[in-house]
Amino acid sequence: MKRLMKSAALAVSVSLFATTAFAENIRLTGSGASFPAPIYLTWFKDFSKNTAGVTVDYQSKGSGAGVQDFLNKTVDFAASDSAMKDEEIAKVGEGVQLLPMTAGEIVLAYNLPGNPKGLKLPRDVYSDIFLGKITQWNDPKIVAANPDLKLPATPITVVVRADSSGTTAVFTKHLSAINPAFKEALGEGNTVNWPATDKFIKSPKNDGITATVRQTPGAIGYIEYGFAKLAKVDFAALQNKAGQYVVPNAESGAEALAAVKMPENLVAWLPDPDGAKSYPITSYTWMIFRKDNGNPAKAKAMRDMIEYSLTEGQKIADSMGYIPLPPSVVEQVRKASANIQ
Amino acid sequence: MYRKQSMNTPFDIPDNPDSACRPPSAKDFLVDRIFRGLARIGVALILALVLALIFEIGRKALPGMEKHGLDVLFGTVWDVNQGKYGILPAIWGTLYSAFIALLIAGFFGVSMAIFLTQDFLPAKLAAVFRTIVELLAAIPSVVYGLWGIYVVIPAIRPLTAWLNSELGWIPFFGTSLSGPGLLPAALVLAIMILPTVAAVSQDALASVPMKTKQAAYGLGTTHWEAILKVMVPSAATGIFGSLVLGLGRALGETMALAMLVGNANTLSVSLFAPANTLAALLALNFPEAGPNEVEVLMYAALVLMFITLLVNVLGSLLMLYAQRGNK
Repeated sequence: MKRLMKSAALAVSVSLFATTAFAENIRLTGSGASFPAPIYLTWFKDFSKNTAGVTVDYQSKGSGAGVQDFLNKTVDFAASDSAMKDEEIAKVGEGVQLLPMTAGEIVLAYNLPGNPKGLKLPRDVYSDIFLGKITQWNDPKIVAANPDLKLPATPITVVVRADSSGTTAVFTKHLSAINPAFKEALGEGNTVNWPATDKFIKSPKNDGITATVRQTPGAIGYIEYGFAKLAKVDFAALQNKAGQYVVPNAESGAEALAAVKMPENLVAWLPDPDGAKSYPITSYTWMIFRKDNGNPAKAKAMRDMIEYSLTEGQKIADSMGYIPLPPSVVEQVRKASANIQ
Repeated sequence: MYRKQSMNTPFDIPDNPDSACRPPSAKDFLVDRIFRGLARIGVALILALVLALIFEIGRKALPGMEKHGLDVLFGTVWDVNQGKYGILPAIWGTLYSAFIALLIAGFFGVSMAIFLTQDFLPAKLAAVFRTIVELLAAIPSVVYGLWGIYVVIPAIRPLTAWLNSELGWIPFFGTSLSGPGLLPAALVLAIMILPTVAAVSQDALASVPMKTKQAAYGLGTTHWEAILKVMVPSAATGIFGSLVLGLGRALGETMALAMLVGNANTLSVSLFAPANTLAALLALNFPEAGPNEVEVLMYAALVLMFITLLVNVLGSLLMLYAQRGNK
């Protein structure tokens, strides 16, 4: 199967090469993370429209698959929510340049009878819910944090991702950071071994979780902020490191990003950001490029595409449910993009 | 127009050269040869395809089988981070959901086939109904999944809540339904395999010779006696075949189940608990699986193929046995 796909990809790239040679049209192909796919696709469409002779194609197939494609050299660039492992970077002889392009938040969507708004969840509570330790909505700890809400004696149905996902990786990284018991029992990763009870349900993709939460009274599930915004589900305010309850939105996300200094390799993790206004589950997402592409025209097209994403692209981030990069990070990314040759 | 009968030919031979009453020409032989050849190639290609499939999957599954052995078959934990792979809950869920679906679809499918073929309806109306049932087969799997989430689950929730609170001591109703679970998955699966069961059973019933039924009536049977004691037993092979086909489809169904079954690695007889199936496990984990996980997923795929094969062989044997018993 893989070999077949490889040869198909080879055939495609050969034919692409033929067209580039004749029409002098540069085509960049990328694949990877599904979480930033909506905004990436918008960027690439606008960029391709505004730039003569360059087309960018992006296939949203998941962070892991994107990195795999990048290692197999079937794509020009990849995108990943979980950056890239050191041993994977070591496999690429041409050198790897990781660039954070946008950031997102993960929200806890819930469905309670009577649709009460403004549920607040303390740190120990939501991590214990996903650990299977808190199982009823009228648990004293939840009631104590929400004195104004009428919470029913309904069991909590926890909805998690059934497919391997960068969203799960970011979410479990956060839970592991704030709750040692979670780290001990489940750890972090694209898939983790969720507690095996009949109140833990797995659904595929963001839409699967959203649909299941919607249809299940007493359900709670984690989805991306952009998705929750589009689907208009209720989501909880979460308690951050400073002890404040914060609602996910562009401002609280930007606060979280500002709380972390971007290191030299441009891979910054925010498992539990500081700051009174920071939303606790916020994460960057990266594009992955080769430093040496052996094709100056292609490399230039890539740099142009990055520049477009950093300037015009960031303007639409907020409306699409993503967090614009802080200006200092934009500057760092712009500087680092010069490494792509 | 006939040739004048000569002394040598005892029969009248028609003049018309297109008539069937003549020895096959060289052209007929050639067409026959070519058709046989093509048919043989077709059969050989199908066999080669199946063998290639088994070989390819088996080759990729081999490292996983060597590493994990039977632990995969009897393990109940699927934890990629710790390298623990157990598919027992998925095997259980696959069989459990498929058999419940078959029970429901078998009952309704065969009833429907009887209703549509045994003179309960005018022939034209029966054809319309038949087309409607067959339309069910054209609905994409993912639509069934969404329909299950938005329609079936809310519809059965009150009943399941009542069963759980009143009859919770029966293991089948032992847990409350949170949403996705075995029962909604099996119900939707039953609707998905219904057209297969109904269509093939109808063909089987329709192909029983008219005179069999007339003979039954001639012996003084009532309508229902003729159906249950003559028609259905005569068509038993075909009806049974429809059930085996339906079961095969139920075992391999993927997307709707991935959305409805809850994908939880739990071993439970409760109809309302979330479960897992092999096909859903494969579909959801394959796209982002690392090399170690792929080996085990291939192993699981091989297990699924083996289960399907086993079910088909057992079904055929059972059929043979039943036929022998009849005679």
